Amino acid sequence: MLWVDKYRPKTLDQAMVHQDIALNLKKLVAEQDCPHLLFYGPSGSGKKTLIMALLRQIFGPSAEKVKVENRNWKIDAGNRTIDLELTTLSSTNHVELSPSDVGFQDRYIVQEIIKEMAKNRPIDTKGKKGYKVLVLNEVDKLSREAQHSLRRTMEKYSASCRLILCCNSSSKVTEAIRSRCLNIRINAPSEEQIIKVLEFIGKKEGLQLPSGFAARIAEKSNRSLRRAILSFETCRVQQYPFTSKQAIPPMDWEEYISEIATDIMKEQSPKRLFQVRGKVYELLVNCIPPEIVLKRLLHELLKKLDAELKHEVCHWAAYYEHRMRLGQKAIFHIEAFVAKFMSIYKAFLIATFG
Amino acid sequence: MAPVLQSSQPWVEKYRPKQVKDVAHQDEVVRVLTNTLETANCPHMLFYGPPGTGKTTTALAIAHQLFGPELYKSRVLELNASDDRGINVVRTKIKDFAAVAVGSGQRQGGYPCPPFKIIILDEADSMTEDAQNALRRTMETYSKVTRFFFICNYISRIIEPLASRCAKFRFKPLSEEIMSSRILHICDQEGLNLDSEALSTLSSISQGDLRRAITYLQGAARLFGSSICSKDLISVSGVIPQEVVDALYAACKSGNFDLANKEVNTVIAEGYPVSQMLSQLFDVVVEADDIPDEQKARICKCLAEADKRLVDGADEYLQLLDVASNSMRALCNMPQEFSFES
Repeated sequence: MLWVDKYRPKTLDQAMVHQDIALNLKKLVAEQDCPHLLFYGPSGSGKKTLIMALLRQIFGPSAEKVKVENRNWKIDAGNRTIDLELTTLSSTNHVELSPSDVGFQDRYIVQEIIKEMAKNRPIDTKGKKGYKVLVLNEVDKLSREAQHSLRRTMEKYSASCRLILCCNSSSKVTEAIRSRCLNIRINAPSEEQIIKVLEFIGKKEGLQLPSGFAARIAEKSNRSLRRAILSFETCRVQQYPFTSKQAIPPMDWEEYISEIATDIMKEQSPKRLFQVRGKVYELLVNCIPPEIVLKRLLHELLKKLDAELKHEVCHWAAYYEHRMRLGQKAIFHIEAFVAKFMSIYKAFLIATFG
Repeated sequence: MAPVLQSSQPWVEKYRPKQVKDVAHQDEVVRVLTNTLETANCPHMLFYGPPGTGKTTTALAIAHQLFGPELYKSRVLELNASDDRGINVVRTKIKDFAAVAVGSGQRQGGYPCPPFKIIILDEADSMTEDAQNALRRTMETYSKVTRFFFICNYISRIIEPLASRCAKFRFKPLSEEIMSSRILHICDQEGLNLDSEALSTLSSISQGDLRRAITYLQGAARLFGSSICSKDLISVSGVIPQEVVDALYAACKSGNFDLANKEVNTVIAEGYPVSQMLSQLFDVVVEADDIPDEQKARICKCLAEADKRLVDGADEYLQLLDVASNSMRALCNMPQEFSFES
């Protein structure tokens, strides 16, 4: 078992970060009722962990017995039927799914599953909760229509079904939904908290941690706890006992992007652009999301640039990322950004050195 | 159906005024409507104003007071934006309902019961123009037996022919005192403890929207128990603490790009919604006394641009960084044009 899963807090009491939030959540469900909830925060901050712990708090240990199902829906939409397939995780008391996986037809899924849940209500309400919980992941990727249909369904079936929504950025969730939920912001854990968790795991595993080692992992992790634990485990596999100088292996794709950045800085020509395109393609076919590629590339470039160029470059990064979102093929826009950068940088070099 | 638990009922519904005279702060409207209650006659009406000022409440209250609980079901049709309201609905449902004749006006059980029906169209500004056009004739044909109440936020989205057929009422945003008094009333009823600082925070973050204030209050009460301080309210409402906004603004002012970048990273890592950040940054910029108008204009322009891009689904980090860089160039009097763009 990976350490990430092994040391995931199972109950709200065990939470090592966000203790205050866990405490409040516990208070919230201790009374009979719980409102709809919206969790938002950056990735690796512990949203999912808190949600699972919360479910356990509500329903007891049975919430952990989940089964994975590949379900098919046949939906009658006026004059045609739509076939949809989606993976769901469910226990007796809750269903979890990411409706955005089915693309633009997500709203049918949302309506259908909630109706279905409302129909088969738990009969034995004595001692148990009289409602089921539907966990929806990535609500920020839901289409507008799905969000609108969600808001009606939320009110209509609120007697038998509670929604827990989970997303990265709450600005992409419509105001109507946000105002119907209790919003809970989960911030990324601070470096000190990450260090604490790493030391805790180290102790449990019986490892000797050289001083400052955990701090270095935490610093590299970009405040994502999941990433910190993963790279901690990687280090353990690579070399143990730890030495205080041991290098923490960076992600290979990050390495690759920093290579691209160096390439671009060295030479600005159509030929180099062609080479870079190959590398970017390589990243994209390995399922690195294009916006992450662009963001990382900007990050690498900013490290190497003069202050006066930084404004210009970050403006164009924002510009092309927006275009990428509107457009279809990400490679065009990343390549356009690279070309733009080359032209700016070349002009800068000529202006400075003649 | 399971019995609805008392605690699950939103306070917004629980404390909705039941009578027209209880509606706060909208004296003019209340006066006209009380008159209506006495004479049992009224024109078509159009209520407009910002959210949370009592438009829907007023419309529902007058309908209840005119017909009483028994006749209410048969005399009032309520449609809001979540119901399907395309042109077909206007042609069938609304028309059918409007066409039904009603008995002559006789007082029943202390209610005036005037001889007409009421159709309440909530959030009328989200109706399509075609649907609104289809309503025109219906309104006139059945004006003997039907009154329409339109409710909307933006009167400009109601087509002129409809607006001219109605008596218009503007609902003003609630003033701070009235809001505080309503909130204190609810706190009394629910047994909550609210200190004066929290009260003023609540008034300022809800910006004259009473519904929002009550929703925040209930959220905070559920999460933090019966004594609520202003920090709790801020964390429930999703408003960003002023220190964070000020820190970003100060970083922009300093002219140090790396510092601004660091601040932006912090904002993202803390999980604050960037759209909220933009609107709070906007407040800071507009209210700042020490920067000339031209700089303000430049910053506002880039805020607007970023807001549009966020709606399109652009990445939050990049947009906020762009805003920060643009504001920095404005604040530090760097040239607006890029020097190396060919």
